[in-house]
Amino acid sequence: MDETAQFIDFCINILFPALADGLMITVLLVLITAPFGIAFGVLLAVGRVYGKSYGNWICRLFVGFVKGCPLMLLLFILYFGLPTVPYVGVTFDAFTASIIGFICCNSAYNSEYVRGAIISVKEGQLIAASALGMTKRQAIMYIVLPQALRRAIPGLSNEFIYLIKYSSLAYMITLVELTGAGKIVFTKYFEPGVFFVVGIVYLALVTVTTVGANALEKKYAVPGTQKR
Amino acid sequence: MDLFSVVAEWFPYLVEGILVTVGLVASALIIGACLGLPMAIGQVYGSRPLKYVIGLYVWFFRGLPVLVLLFMFYFTIFPLLNLDLDAFFVGATVLGLRGAAYQSQIFRGAIQSISEGQMTAARSLGMSRAAAIRTIIIPQAVRIALPGWSNEYPNILTDSAICYAIGVAELLTRTSQIVTQTYITMPIYILCALMFIMLNFAGMRVIAYLEKRVAIPGFSGGGQAGIV
Amino acid sequence: MSENKTDYILRVEDIHKTYGDAEVLKGVSFNVRKGDTIVFIGPSGTGKSTLLRCINQLTVPDSGRVWLHDEEVTNSGKKINRFRQKIGMVFQNFYLFDHLTAIKNVEIALIKVKGMSPEAAREKALYELRQVGMEDFADHYPAELSGGQAQRVSIARALAMEPDVILFDEPTSALDPELTREVLEVMRKLALEGMTMLVVTHEMGFARSVATEIVFMESGVIQEIGTPAEVFGDGGGFERIRSFMGKIGDLSGD
Repeated sequence: MDETAQFIDFCINILFPALADGLMITVLLVLITAPFGIAFGVLLAVGRVYGKSYGNWICRLFVGFVKGCPLMLLLFILYFGLPTVPYVGVTFDAFTASIIGFICCNSAYNSEYVRGAIISVKEGQLIAASALGMTKRQAIMYIVLPQALRRAIPGLSNEFIYLIKYSSLAYMITLVELTGAGKIVFTKYFEPGVFFVVGIVYLALVTVTTVGANALEKKYAVPGTQKR
Repeated sequence: MDLFSVVAEWFPYLVEGILVTVGLVASALIIGACLGLPMAIGQVYGSRPLKYVIGLYVWFFRGLPVLVLLFMFYFTIFPLLNLDLDAFFVGATVLGLRGAAYQSQIFRGAIQSISEGQMTAARSLGMSRAAAIRTIIIPQAVRIALPGWSNEYPNILTDSAICYAIGVAELLTRTSQIVTQTYITMPIYILCALMFIMLNFAGMRVIAYLEKRVAIPGFSGGGQAGIV
Repeated sequence: MSENKTDYILRVEDIHKTYGDAEVLKGVSFNVRKGDTIVFIGPSGTGKSTLLRCINQLTVPDSGRVWLHDEEVTNSGKKINRFRQKIGMVFQNFYLFDHLTAIKNVEIALIKVKGMSPEAAREKALYELRQVGMEDFADHYPAELSGGQAQRVSIARALAMEPDVILFDEPTSALDPELTREVLEVMRKLALEGMTMLVVTHEMGFARSVATEIVFMESGVIQEIGTPAEVFGDGGGFERIRSFMGKIGDLSGD
């Protein structure tokens, strides 16, 4: 009983304040990354489906590299690697480097979902758009993408949840977000409950997001088109 | 310092890292499959409490970042169990337990996609439910699950790099060590990235070969179109 | 019959199209006057649909030319989108935009292609939906419409662009008989109002009562052309059409 009280005391006075600061950073990382990740993901997908030689190749190479390279290595490259490159070297602070890395990762995976969704839009939709005198660009903008994005919502929200989780890797390049905050408290106090509390916070974030994503999916479903 | 001589000097060290990484990934995939398949069976055919427990397991392992899981098991759970495990074993176990959560969902989808008739036909031949699951359902489910399952490989491969955080001497850890010792940064990082991409490519080749070997003529099972 | 070229709003000249080894169109030519309803009949796979698509360049012909009024539609490069606004098309499978309500389906090209204000487009769209009897379904999505309703909306979508001519590519082939009737009614009304229409169909009743000209195509060429009176009357010379109609067993009109 005494131990429990002690642990609660520890949580309230030490752990929670530290985790709150970390959570702030995590939420910021995720909220800044997500819109860019979606926007670039759509661009990459359009480039891969409709792009002519060069654009197509660049998009494919980018996605291939980002998917094949561990995110942590990508963060190392951005944070430790880039400043050492002669002449063109740029130095990012840990937050910026994390954001850039996460946007790369998030957009590469998003592009896969969007690409699949674009391909699944029936050919007739494009034909009908052309027959009305739309240019290819207009047809993609007003007909294909609105349909494809709806279909990509489950995949995109899945990636959003992954983003919440892999944002923890920012700690590996010194940014003290939620996981980092927990690790620092743990190293100082060796209180075994720390990582469970951290875990509960992530589970809460992920669960709430899942519920939200399902609602979003329902909201944007086109009436009459039931899920398989 | 001459780049080539440095790379030549450290190359064997990196190759050892590749072996460690492959070991991590292979153990994780095997643990994941060995636990994931029974969990899937339990979730489809099991009793209500069993389904609930498995659901909880899946929710837990899919909801947490790999990094948090690694810290949790390495610093808290295994020490509390008085298990003094090598970092490699912790890494393989965590990736495996987490992989089981993901794999169980792939297998579950596969099992659920098998038509009712298969079970009915098996039972009409006098097979017990367990025998029908073992000899009729599972062989089909495993084949249907293969495309989804093969997507697990690149995920676990890139996730395995996170074991850096608990000091497993895998590819990324060794890369970082070389960087700190030689002050050659970008080339080593790029080399490491190429090695991961190569591993990814090679592994996918092996999986594609396996898929072909177990394929049943004319049986597509309507397997989910994996994101390519 | 005057041979003055300016009488024709659409001229099609010697269209050839080959897919792989199969020569689908082997030199097809014909002219269309304002207000004509030209019905194309013939066995499946004889290039009727391909011919329609060659007119608005959804399929690019290997050779041959198409003129709308006095402007060449073929080889028009980027200008093709301007011609397509003037050449409406109705498809066998409707091709309504799945993510848009009926009225938005009609509006979208008005706003994005013609540059109309949303208010004006809405008014125009409502008017056209009324023309096809679909104003009550303005806010329904395609998946909530029957085939016949969807096809009527797609006709309204084509009409809203105020085209000089509308191409109908087997507009009722995907529909049940009851639904076919409501679509044919709309098309009949359009023809009476003077819309210029090219129709690929197997509906002989429609051809008989509405067509100004019936074109019989077989093996990639036009075999016979005649007015319904010529084709369905007792006069000779249209053995091929008659034997075709005999085969499909549909001489009844409605």
